[in-house]
Amino acid sequence: MTTRELRRVALDGELTIMTAAESKERLLTALPGSGGLRVDLAGVEEIDTAGLQVLLLTRREAESMSLPFELTAPAPGVAAVLALAGLTTAEEQ
Amino acid sequence: MSADDDMREALDTFVTEARDLVQQLEDGLLELEAHPSAAETVNTVFRAAHTLKGSSGLFGLRHLVQFTHVVETVLGSVREGDLGVSPGLVSSLLPCADHIGAMIEGLAAGRLEPDAAQAAEGARLLAALEPYLPDGQGALATDGADPAGGDPAPERAWRLSLRFGPDSLRNGMDPLSFLRYLASIGTVSRVSTDAAALPAAEEMDPETCYLAFEVELLSGAPKEEIEAVFEFVREDSDIRIVPADHQLDAYVWAIRAMPESDRVGDVLIGSGVVTELEMTEALRIQQEQAARSGTQPVPIGEILVEHGIVPRPIVDAALNRQRKTTESRSQDTTTIRIDAARLDRLIDLVGELVIAQSSTGLRAGAGEAQGEVMRLVDEVRHSALALRMVPIGTTLRRFERVVRDVGVELHKEVSLVITGGDAEMDKALVERISDPLLHLVRNSLDHGIEAPAERQRHGKSGQGTLRLNAYHDAGSIVIEVSDDGRGLDRERILAKAVERGVVAAGAVLSDQEVYDLIFEPGFSTAETVSNLSGRGVGMDVVRRNVTALRGSIEVDTARGVGTTIRIRLPLTLAIIDGFLVGVGSASFIVPLDRVTECVELPPGPLGRDCMNLRGEVLPFIRLRELFDIPGEPARRQNVVIVEQSGQRTGLVVDALLGELQTVIKPLGVLFSRLKCISGSTILGSGEIALILDVGPLVADHSEREHLLRARPAA
Repeated sequence: MTTRELRRVALDGELTIMTAAESKERLLTALPGSGGLRVDLAGVEEIDTAGLQVLLLTRREAESMSLPFELTAPAPGVAAVLALAGLTTAEEQ
Repeated sequence: MSADDDMREALDTFVTEARDLVQQLEDGLLELEAHPSAAETVNTVFRAAHTLKGSSGLFGLRHLVQFTHVVETVLGSVREGDLGVSPGLVSSLLPCADHIGAMIEGLAAGRLEPDAAQAAEGARLLAALEPYLPDGQGALATDGADPAGGDPAPERAWRLSLRFGPDSLRNGMDPLSFLRYLASIGTVSRVSTDAAALPAAEEMDPETCYLAFEVELLSGAPKEEIEAVFEFVREDSDIRIVPADHQLDAYVWAIRAMPESDRVGDVLIGSGVVTELEMTEALRIQQEQAARSGTQPVPIGEILVEHGIVPRPIVDAALNRQRKTTESRSQDTTTIRIDAARLDRLIDLVGELVIAQSSTGLRAGAGEAQGEVMRLVDEVRHSALALRMVPIGTTLRRFERVVRDVGVELHKEVSLVITGGDAEMDKALVERISDPLLHLVRNSLDHGIEAPAERQRHGKSGQGTLRLNAYHDAGSIVIEVSDDGRGLDRERILAKAVERGVVAAGAVLSDQEVYDLIFEPGFSTAETVSNLSGRGVGMDVVRRNVTALRGSIEVDTARGVGTTIRIRLPLTLAIIDGFLVGVGSASFIVPLDRVTECVELPPGPLGRDCMNLRGEVLPFIRLRELFDIPGEPARRQNVVIVEQSGQRTGLVVDALLGELQTVIKPLGVLFSRLKCISGSTILGSGEIALILDVGPLVADHSEREHLLRARPAA
């Protein structure tokens, strides 16, 4: 649908309050000028509310720029948390 | 069962009788507790239970039969001497009497079957009686209890709104871990995340919590337990736990089926929809609001709805329950038991009246016959009023139970002494005074009488005494509630009053003035809110209720010796001794007990609205101006001097028309908010006279005077 390609960002380790500032920075700076984001969560072992917030924020920003935002390959535990917030992953769509 | 009229009538009779029997049962049990070996009492109690069972059977009320059967069996063993009376036994049986009473009231309200809550309560009570049953006789009990007893904690659906404090993440409180924990006490059926609070990207602090969660939880745990999950974050977070929407009906039903209660709060807590903690918080908000705005407290239900603690339909149901309670109580006053001799006397008088009336038609001695008619009319009226009079003792004796239960709860030993139970008063009044009295009794037990150890330290006997005394005094009835407790603490009351801004700091008050402060709204010296009092329903409500009955209340106290609260009430609400006055074409009645004297208004211009009465300044109110009555004042005006709480005020009128006894007719709903007028009456001439309510009249006036005087000074 978009002419430009989705930019792929891979997160790994923990997506928690410890890394939230860093993750926010990475995701938000990756957004402008891209054709949307595909966030690869395969390496994420742990997620908490702070991490969840960052993803939700990024999704909102992407939407405000009319860019697609996809999450891929979360581990089951992470996927369950994402589902709480209504964040679906690309494979399910 | 067809509910045709005959049946209903019979059922009504059954209900009336059953109420008496339950009362006998309760009285007897209390008596047994005091004198465990009183054979006659054992018989009475047994017979009461037996008769209850028998009559219940006549009406096919299976649940009542089953329940009373067990009670009867236990009492039977007592009668046979197989079982001794112990405090434990009495404590197990008393709630059974309550339960039977509740089921009877259910019948009176048209419910032939017990509801789930009652059935469960019944099963619980029977289980408590199990140890007292002879072997093998409990079968019927378990049989009856089975349907309700099996499932102790049905799962309920809750909706949790969790808005965690902004710092929760930094404090290591991750909302997600709470959600995970919730799964351990129930089934989390749905979660939705609300990210609306997320700020713009550049302002978003990754370490601040912005998310809120809506959770649907299915759990058998009571609300307190769910609440406790959030114990550590409660302070800065907004945690709301309400029943899920689709369960509202279930709560509404449960509340409808609950035992009677006057307090919405109790109903709500009892239904499990509100926890004690939430109720305490709501009461605190209520008091704060009232103190801040200086107005009447907002109803507690409104606060609960406003703060999202309870959904409105549930509060409405609880309010309805409360209203029903009050209604069923006022319905009680629609039937009345009368001593047959009094009725005969009245009928006899009416017969004489008819004869006297017919003899006025005869020419000879018409004047004499007329006099006779007048005398008889007067007597008929007197004896008609006497029909409504009941001895107050029945009401006072009801407090024996209260004193016992509260004493046990507070670990205080209290004996109740009732005197003057023969004093009679209007039945309607008796019923309306019983709630204020109950409050006073609880207050005395809770705050007045000290714990046994403290009493002994002060050289008193460990057992406290609560006295209820009633007597007639100059056309009114006086009811005293006195205790031999610690008395009122003058300094603490004064300090509290200053703190609340009721009294200016440094004001010099007489002792009586200080003690009267306890009747001010929102004034409780109780430092801790206990189950019994200090819950915001204070002495101000008692005073309001008493004043509404045209009565007065005063307090007498001595430090360390005790406190006596004295309520003075008119004997009846239906009749008033009045003083008729005229202003222009209008007539007014001043209650005679308020009038101290009448004087002529001194002629000449009077600067301010006050006059010289034997060297004292007497402020007065010109009724003509107050009520905007057109026309010129009479050339010579009179002043009726009334006294209200020690303050004298004059009422300026055109004419003094004399004393009369009048029947009060209440004002219509339209005028219910009218102050200064308490009712109306119809005069012999057919005209209407309004009855002045002296209290508000004087209070209103002195308030206006204060304002007027304050202005030029400012």
